Amino acid sequence: MHSIEATSPSVWKRFKDSHFWHSFKKDKVAIVSFVIFMSYILISLCAPLIAPFDPYDMTQFDIMDSEIPPTWQENGDERFVFGTDSQGRDMWSTILYGTRISLTIGICAVLLQAFLGIIIGLAAGYFGGRVDSLLMRIADVQLSFSTLMVAIIVLAVFQAAFGAELYQDLALIMLVVVIGIAEWPQYARTIRASVLAERKKEYVDAARVMGLKSGRIMFRHILPNTLSPILVISTVQIANAIISEASLSFLGLGMPPSQPSLGSLISSGFAFIFSGSWWITIIPGIALVVLVLVMNLLGDWLRDVLNPKLYKG
Amino acid sequence: MTSLVSIKNLYKKFPIHGDLLDQVSFSGGKFHLKHEYVHAINGVNLNVERGEALCVVGESGCGKSTVARTVMGLLSPSDGEIQYEGKRIDNLSSSAMMPYRRKMQMIFQNPYASLNPRMTITQTLEEPVRWHQPKLNNAEVKEKVAEVMQSVGIDPSWGVRFPHEFSGGQRQRISIARALIVDPEFIVADEPISALDVSIQAQVLNLMMDAREQRGLTYLFITHDLSVVEHFGTRVAVMYLGALCEVAPTRKLFAAPKHPYTQALLSAIPRLEDEKPDFIRLKGEVPTPVNLPSGCVFHGRCPHANERCKKEIPKLMDVDGTMVACHAVEENRLG
Repeated sequence: MHSIEATSPSVWKRFKDSHFWHSFKKDKVAIVSFVIFMSYILISLCAPLIAPFDPYDMTQFDIMDSEIPPTWQENGDERFVFGTDSQGRDMWSTILYGTRISLTIGICAVLLQAFLGIIIGLAAGYFGGRVDSLLMRIADVQLSFSTLMVAIIVLAVFQAAFGAELYQDLALIMLVVVIGIAEWPQYARTIRASVLAERKKEYVDAARVMGLKSGRIMFRHILPNTLSPILVISTVQIANAIISEASLSFLGLGMPPSQPSLGSLISSGFAFIFSGSWWITIIPGIALVVLVLVMNLLGDWLRDVLNPKLYKG
Repeated sequence: MTSLVSIKNLYKKFPIHGDLLDQVSFSGGKFHLKHEYVHAINGVNLNVERGEALCVVGESGCGKSTVARTVMGLLSPSDGEIQYEGKRIDNLSSSAMMPYRRKMQMIFQNPYASLNPRMTITQTLEEPVRWHQPKLNNAEVKEKVAEVMQSVGIDPSWGVRFPHEFSGGQRQRISIARALIVDPEFIVADEPISALDVSIQAQVLNLMMDAREQRGLTYLFITHDLSVVEHFGTRVAVMYLGALCEVAPTRKLFAAPKHPYTQALLSAIPRLEDEKPDFIRLKGEVPTPVNLPSGCVFHGRCPHANERCKKEIPKLMDVDGTMVACHAVEENRLG
């Protein structure tokens, strides 16, 4: 059996020979986007190590330091690179922690969306008929309510019913659940479409003739063949989820000011923008825009690479 | 002795209009539901005897593949039964069907679509063994896979590769290996060589014939290639528009076709010695399977049709050892 192992090229080598890697190396936009995205991930993972202050620790900031402009401005303070917000928190630390929260919400919400969407989309596409009609009509109903509307209603009702105190503790989970549930039809539809195409192929019939169970055929045979659209839609959906979270936070329904995400930072700074403290809003705003832009560029590039019919000159 | 597989009075129709919304139509000031069907199989009776290679021939769209898929349980019949060794199998639950899944296997037409592109050859071949024989340990499974790969002419050390790294003929060999790996007794082959090169066709065909001899297989072989039938089949069933015209031993059918459609079909085989081929020209086109002709489905194009053919559906009858469904043959009008 050893000879067999020897003839198989390692996964890494196969990856280096792939179309995927070659087109990545050639595409400068993709490389830059990927590097920026990875540094966002790295920074948010290492936030407690990098950040000079802990923005969640009330003892580490002083109201006397509030609204200090960034260091390059007049009256800047060396301790606070990007200045401080209205409570005297260091903007740089707060942005680091905020990015961490935004990314966490984005990724967890998308995982939830993907979980629901993949199961529902696979079932709809594979079983067809009534199951398909029922699930897709539910998806249509869900899609006809905009994400923000659903989120605003659910979060506002939750706050009114259980009080802001409990809401502050559960805000992160609530946001993940609400954004996750509101957007699953995007996944379900994409996956259903590719399942419909895969189901007609003979390898699925071969698996059925073997007597394999539906679940096994769906998850072991069909799902791996629908991964490329899932990958593409995931990058775009994470960006969308981050934007949704930021919008909700801006409206005061997202993360509480004590644990700000990028959206709530923008929102809390908005009150001070006319008094000249532009940095509280603009700097997290730039961080958010760059993150979302980079993810969309990566998603675009992935879509082009994974769609062999779309060769760009 | 009971036949290995019997198809009893099989009907299969497919609805043309899908959803409820598609079915609604508006005419004459009223809404009503339209129910239209494609009648793919219309009353097929066929027995497959143990050890034979029964070829089903017919032009595209005559329902050959539908018969194959219904026999395998990929489609459920609209009416009629499928029996395996005298036991009805078309209405079994998937768990009750499991023992038959091992006995019956299928080889598909398109070798480019019938292997899962994300699984290596070893994974593809090991899965059915592990599924049907969970008691085997890892080494036994590997040994079994290697043995079957060897027997279809695929080097077992290629097992780590993915299907796209193989040629069409090699992939078809792998498909055959997948069917053979559960040690079936009955194999349905749905045009297994029509997507291959002519030179490869012969190799794959010979492989299937060898497997039949070594393993005592029974084949239901769907094809539209009459020269393959002559080479491969022990018996031939000719289909036209979802119905059987003629079932006969291969030699007999090629020597003396009885049904007017079979005669026309065989006369259309190009031959080297022909300078002026005298093939029988049929008038018209194959009718649509949505609105079937009354009586014999072939009557509109048959040179021997009379009033009875337009009204009465002919049944398969034994005429000198050949089963023919034709009023003209029965009445001895062909001359």
